[in-house]
Amino acid sequence: MNKNKEKLLAKRYSSEKRFQFLGKSAIFMALLFLAIFIFKIFSTGYTAFQKTWLIVPVNFDAETMYLDANPSKEDLEDADYFEISLQSMFNLDKNANEKQQNELKKMVSYFFEREIKQELINDPSLLGKTKDVYITASDDLDQVFKGNYPRDLPENQRRVTDYQLKIFDQLVEQGKVESKFNLSFFTYPDSREAELAGIASSFMGSIFSILVCLAIAFPVAVLAAIYLEEFAPKNRFTDFIEVNINNLAAVPSIVFGLLGLGILLAVFQLPRSTPLVGGITLSLMTLPTIIIACRASLKAVPPSIREAALAMGASRMQTTMHHTVPLSMPGTLSGTIIGLAQALGETAPLILIGMVAFVNTIPGSPMDPAASLPVQIYIWAESAERGFVEKVSACIMVLLGFLIVMNLFAQIIRHKFEKKWS
Amino acid sequence: MRKNGVNMIKISAKNVDVFYGKKQALFNINLDIEENQVTALIGPSGCGKSTFLRCLNRMNDVIDICKVQGEIVINDFNINDKGCDVVRLREKIGMVFQKPNPFPKTLYENISYGPTIHGMAQSKQEMDEIVETSLKKAALWEEVKDRLHEPGTGLSGGQQQRLCIARAISVQPEVILMDEPCSALDPIATAQIEELIDELKKEHTIIIVTHSMAQAARVSQRTGFFHLGELIEHGSTDKIFKNPDNIKTQDYITGRFG
Amino acid sequence: MLGYTSYYFGRKKAYTIQSTNKRLTALPQFYGYYLAIWCAIPAFIIYSLWAIFEPTIVKLLILSDYANQGYLDDELNLIYEKTKALSRGQFTGEVTSLIQTSSEKYLNLRSIAQSSKVVIVLCIIIASVAYAYKRISSNNRTREPVEKFFNAVLFTASLAAILTTVGIVFSLIFQTIDFFKVIPLFDFVFGTHWYPAKAFVRDSSEALDPTMYSDTFGAVPIFAGTFFIAFIAMCVAIPIGLMSGIYLAEYASYKVRQYAKPLIEILAGIPTVVYGFFAALTVGPFLKDIGTAMGLEVSAESALAAGGVMGIMIIPFISSLSDDVITSVPQSLRDGSYAMGATKSETIKKVIFPAALPGIVGSILLGVSRAIGETMIVVMASGLAANLTLNPLESTSTITAQIVVILIGDQAFGDPKTQAAFALGMSLFIVTLCLNIVALRVVKKYREKYE
Repeated sequence: MNKNKEKLLAKRYSSEKRFQFLGKSAIFMALLFLAIFIFKIFSTGYTAFQKTWLIVPVNFDAETMYLDANPSKEDLEDADYFEISLQSMFNLDKNANEKQQNELKKMVSYFFEREIKQELINDPSLLGKTKDVYITASDDLDQVFKGNYPRDLPENQRRVTDYQLKIFDQLVEQGKVESKFNLSFFTYPDSREAELAGIASSFMGSIFSILVCLAIAFPVAVLAAIYLEEFAPKNRFTDFIEVNINNLAAVPSIVFGLLGLGILLAVFQLPRSTPLVGGITLSLMTLPTIIIACRASLKAVPPSIREAALAMGASRMQTTMHHTVPLSMPGTLSGTIIGLAQALGETAPLILIGMVAFVNTIPGSPMDPAASLPVQIYIWAESAERGFVEKVSACIMVLLGFLIVMNLFAQIIRHKFEKKWS
Repeated sequence: MRKNGVNMIKISAKNVDVFYGKKQALFNINLDIEENQVTALIGPSGCGKSTFLRCLNRMNDVIDICKVQGEIVINDFNINDKGCDVVRLREKIGMVFQKPNPFPKTLYENISYGPTIHGMAQSKQEMDEIVETSLKKAALWEEVKDRLHEPGTGLSGGQQQRLCIARAISVQPEVILMDEPCSALDPIATAQIEELIDELKKEHTIIIVTHSMAQAARVSQRTGFFHLGELIEHGSTDKIFKNPDNIKTQDYITGRFG
Repeated sequence: MLGYTSYYFGRKKAYTIQSTNKRLTALPQFYGYYLAIWCAIPAFIIYSLWAIFEPTIVKLLILSDYANQGYLDDELNLIYEKTKALSRGQFTGEVTSLIQTSSEKYLNLRSIAQSSKVVIVLCIIIASVAYAYKRISSNNRTREPVEKFFNAVLFTASLAAILTTVGIVFSLIFQTIDFFKVIPLFDFVFGTHWYPAKAFVRDSSEALDPTMYSDTFGAVPIFAGTFFIAFIAMCVAIPIGLMSGIYLAEYASYKVRQYAKPLIEILAGIPTVVYGFFAALTVGPFLKDIGTAMGLEVSAESALAAGGVMGIMIIPFISSLSDDVITSVPQSLRDGSYAMGATKSETIKKVIFPAALPGIVGSILLGVSRAIGETMIVVMASGLAANLTLNPLESTSTITAQIVVILIGDQAFGDPKTQAAFALGMSLFIVTLCLNIVALRVVKKYREKYE
């Protein structure tokens, strides 16, 4: 009997250990996923912040550009740069045949003409001289230089030809290839060419959408929460509102996209693809989140404060506006920021209202067509070019950076300003 | 078990100190508990009597910041030793709490819980027997025998507490700790529990923490008086109530403070 | 701005009354608010009425010229549209003298309307402010009306949630009804072939022939795919989420909890498009490689990849909700079990888990509802072709993915394909609504039990 008991006890303890181990490994798994995730994004994304440049000698020959010796600013603007640009690329290999010349041209981005033009406009004294100019390399060479491109594939499966690789390797040997910080990633709008694509348009689109969302959702949500928490009589109607809010908070986001499409675009005829419509749609989505957060922080204000104010002869409205609402503000604000962070990461509803359109201008107002950061991630992720993979990861890093900052901010507000009621 | 007219010592606490974080809750407690007797621990709120009770089956382990020092010897074995197995200890020392806390399960499952985890029954029949005898000992059998498979939370407060007692005795513990078992009950239920305690002491050693001095006087043979974390006085209940040595005890007994 | 001025005047008058030692029944500010409300609201009402009716009236006035010249209604409308376009300078067609004159008249009318609008609104502001100003006196109550007004504003705001729900239902229901006029409900719910692309290539003149669409909009593969992927997701999320919730609630020391909990919750804050990218770029090819190594045929866009990553996304929901639920189980139950000599895991398995079960079920249901409504992961990582399959290594499609596929780019309302997307949206809304209502009710009941 006693021996049996010992055996049983040992079994019980090992089952205890097993259970604890399961719990620990569950946590470990969850954290492992997070780690893999972040590692993957960073390891593929960090290279996007560097951009590869070819240093090409350009002969600013006045004759080829149809310019006289002392051109005015306007002349410089209107001059023909195509020929000298092309020529400087061809000069990389003077023995190149026509096909190879074509390949030479494709080693740089189609912006090369503009880059050469900018160089001369910045320094008109270069006219007639030859100078080394930094030219953006094509995205495939960019990837080759960063070591992301499988060079050992057979030539017909690569987008980079053997000839281009040969020239490129020569340039690398001569120190004519350089990697520099990729400023254009932040200042250029979207582009079909990976080496020229930037997040400026989608970034502004996100900012405008969030501002519209904030402007609508915050006041409405706060007022609604105040009403429901402080003034609403307890009856079936307010119960109904409450159930409604809780349900809305769990409705899939894509349904809000259908709402935006079916009502805002089809009925109200608001302009498609704009941050305005995006912001309104997102605001409807975040509304319940903010209302719930605001109500929770109103609820946390102890009734004794209300009673004290009421006993001083303040009206219900005065009590609420002078005491309860200010005291609940930290919780409300941090809830709002978290709601906005959610909205910032939302993709599906924006796709439905057309914010997925290709936009290669930087929007100046909420009424201009734009994409948003998460939608930009989606657009680039669906693109076939290898160069977009690192762009996607970099864009994710920017987006995650924003979300982290917003969440930290919410935390700080909560901890710094929220009073603890005991 | 009588030896020269003196009861065997079941539990003996030596130099027990308890800390909650930095705050000391018990100061150097020395107390011997006699076998098959009811020992009552009395004292004003917050004096540490419940804390001391929870030391005896190491329930204080549950509280992270709580630290116990000193020796508590049960059956020649110091339970504060590192080698002590809490699970085995608690099998031998049952506990009944202030508020009845039946599990949200059926009556039957409530009682069979302990025997199951400790593997005390080999068959369904044996288990039925254990459940029946436990309920009978707790004087609850007659009231609930027809609804053993209904939830335990459906009973009245007094019945729930007797259910908890039945649950505690189902594993045949040597000692039963009771932490103000009647404070949430009405007088009739209290009387039933008190009767039960008197019955139980034949087979178990009982330590009861109580607020009510009348209850201590009614049910216990020995009494310890705690005040501000110290054991002021202990001895036979008769002596403590009729002729205490310490002036504080006298004041408390006569209702001058507390 | 006018509102602020009147606020100022109202308060000033109140101060003057106060300075003559009369007692006011409300604070001076209230008189200000009172005046401001009187200033803004009637003017606002008139202004919006004006804005609504102006175009109609202008149109009537312009078209009245041609009313007796035998034009058809459609032609009249065309004339009006042309007139408007010309006035805005956006007209591209041939400018006839008729349109030229009516356009001039239009511009004329608009400018009259504009100026008269300003005048009338200003008059109303002045009139109402004057009325309210006169009413301000020492014993006139202003606090009550002002507070009533604010109360009404608050109440209106709280209707926003209901309006949103109504908006959702409205936006879905008309398109859905139109859809079911063309496609019988039975075919949609029980049909097993989903090829909306087939409807797209058809000529628009044939579009209303219902027989063309048989075997095109059978939603069974879509529903099956949705639940299948959600099932895979829950297979990942429930064990990991539940166990980590239990560990955090019962075992973890304060320190571990302090760090592990927010870290796990980061998983919930990551946008779903990022998960989609991760699933498509890393998990899909990875599973494919493993499958090929084991001699299995694995699609790069397998249901397993999408479901698995979705499961990771749902882990934090389950873990933090079940953590909450478990922590709210009263300590006395734990004490009772420990005092019986139960180990921690026995206490959890036999006492705490059963007690917390309703709450845990509720949180799992919420997780399922999320999995069903999740869009981006499926769009990016799972296939878009609707296969009716239960093989997790093949690609399947879901409700949400199909909605996106159909509605991405330009849509023509009235096309059965677009309407199909709305019908899918309707079914998604109904399914998740039911899940949410049940889950929220279960959780609420559970909370009330232990509070």
